[in-house]
Amino acid sequence: MKETKITVKNLNLFYGEKQALADISIDIYSQRVTAFIGPSGCGKSTFLRVINRMNDLIDDVRITGKIQIDGIDIYDKNLDVVNLRKRIGMVFQKSNLFPKTIYENLIFGPRINGIKDRKVLDEIAEKTLIQAALWEEVKDRLDDPALSLSGGQQQRLCIARALAVEPQIILMDEPASALDPISTAKIEELIDELKKNYTIVIVTHNMQQAARVSDYTAFFYLGRLIEYDKTSRIFTNPSNRQTEDYVTGRFG
Amino acid sequence: MDKEINIGDTISKGDVPNDITMNSSPFSKKIKQSTRIKESLIKYFFAINGTAALIFIILIFIFLFKEGFRAFEHIQLVDFIYHNRLAEDGTSSKVFEWFPTSDEARYSLIPLILGTLLTAIPATILSTILGVGAGIYLAEIANPKAKEILKPIVELFAGIPTVVLGFLMLVVGASFFNDLLNPTNRLNAFIAALGLSFVVIPIIASLTEDALHSIPNDLRMASYGIGATKWQTISKVILPAATSGISASILLGFGRAIGETMIVLMAAGNAANITSNIFQSVRTMTATIAAEMGEVSQGSDHYFALFFIGIVLFTITFFLNLIAEVIINKMRKKNTF
Repeated sequence: MKETKITVKNLNLFYGEKQALADISIDIYSQRVTAFIGPSGCGKSTFLRVINRMNDLIDDVRITGKIQIDGIDIYDKNLDVVNLRKRIGMVFQKSNLFPKTIYENLIFGPRINGIKDRKVLDEIAEKTLIQAALWEEVKDRLDDPALSLSGGQQQRLCIARALAVEPQIILMDEPASALDPISTAKIEELIDELKKNYTIVIVTHNMQQAARVSDYTAFFYLGRLIEYDKTSRIFTNPSNRQTEDYVTGRFG
Repeated sequence: MDKEINIGDTISKGDVPNDITMNSSPFSKKIKQSTRIKESLIKYFFAINGTAALIFIILIFIFLFKEGFRAFEHIQLVDFIYHNRLAEDGTSSKVFEWFPTSDEARYSLIPLILGTLLTAIPATILSTILGVGAGIYLAEIANPKAKEILKPIVELFAGIPTVVLGFLMLVVGASFFNDLLNPTNRLNAFIAALGLSFVVIPIIASLTEDALHSIPNDLRMASYGIGATKWQTISKVILPAATSGISASILLGFGRAIGETMIVLMAAGNAANITSNIFQSVRTMTATIAAEMGEVSQGSDHYFALFFIGIVLFTITFFLNLIAEVIINKMRKKNTF
């Protein structure tokens, strides 16, 4: 029943002369949660940013290989990168809300897409807040500054903001690493809920989190994809020695 | 055994306290008196350096106000606004003129204030457009190599002696625009404003660049991640977040335009006209002080009146700087998440 959403073949990425990713091939499945794990500097976040071409913003990055989403080469010279990023939501490690109101943060995406009708914008705001399980907490204070929310609420608002442009894929770069356990649990519940409609890729340092939320897990080490399999298999019976050492906490 | 040793004492070998025999702990070594004195001397030296600027400002302030307010010994406050001219038939009319050397001395600051504004405001408007644009380019658009070259050049601009800029406008600029626009006077407020822009643009550009640079990169990432274009990111996220910093840069630039002397002295034509015509000669407060202070007899009403202009200038620039400083501080607090 699983459907491939993102196909990567023989991807290499260089920062100037330094190779950050080497020969990565992976299929990421639709409506599943895929976790990227590995020690710091292993390239998992870099790889995440390959998917929505955020690395384009850094000078001196060179990429070889093939990355397709729904069979379309996203590194095609004529591809509209801005449109690509609209289809792919991204949530960062640190909440990066704009210093505006909660409402304005939510409608930032729809508004740059040209939606001006206040009614439509209100509907989008409500819908995405409900999706992000934040509606009950903020419905009476939409015009408050977004930065007045708690850390966990801010991160869920970031997710809501990403959902507001109706992406198909959501990339999360350690979304809960700066949060307390209760807020983390809420984010994880939310991920579980969202995977019904979205393809989710999450980078995490927390192996319990990877085990809890993901269906598939990819283990990266020194810029290479060491092992990629069902999460249950990675954590119970990995085929690679390095993977086993990492998930059992012997290094990393 | 336990002998006290004072500074200046000659210490013979036998007197040197031995840590190991006298006290077994290696922590028991006492600080030397000479070290203590040296440390406090260093401290006071830097404290004096640090407060010198403050002391000088206060002294300047006192001197300026002491001399300036002596103007009121013979001149009334209204005289600085208008002069009541009595006609032979007994009627009086208000005259707004700066003519302190006349037998019927007139001290109205109105033409000087208007002259200052007629040069400083257009200069600030022009500099805001070009300076903010340059700041945006340097902070958000230029690639690192272009920035490496352009930023020092912009800063170099601020270092050109104003007398050079004044001369340039007086000789080259005035002739060029005289042929091009056929202004009322060859030297006019417009020419002076252009000259002022050379000093104000680098201020606004470099402070705008600082303000944009202080916006956390996370916000740019958030905006691009949602699918905003570069222009949408700049106009909808970065500029709104940097509004206070940019306004502060404009205020500081305006303060500089008001306080600048040499360029307006050389290029504005120095006729104390009351006019809204930017192509007419005007005279600013600063140019008046610079031009007349050297010739005035010390202790005369004219002398004190010039100091009073100094007070007015000082007050204006002081408050502009103060407001800008407050805004910049607020911005710093806001951007530290």
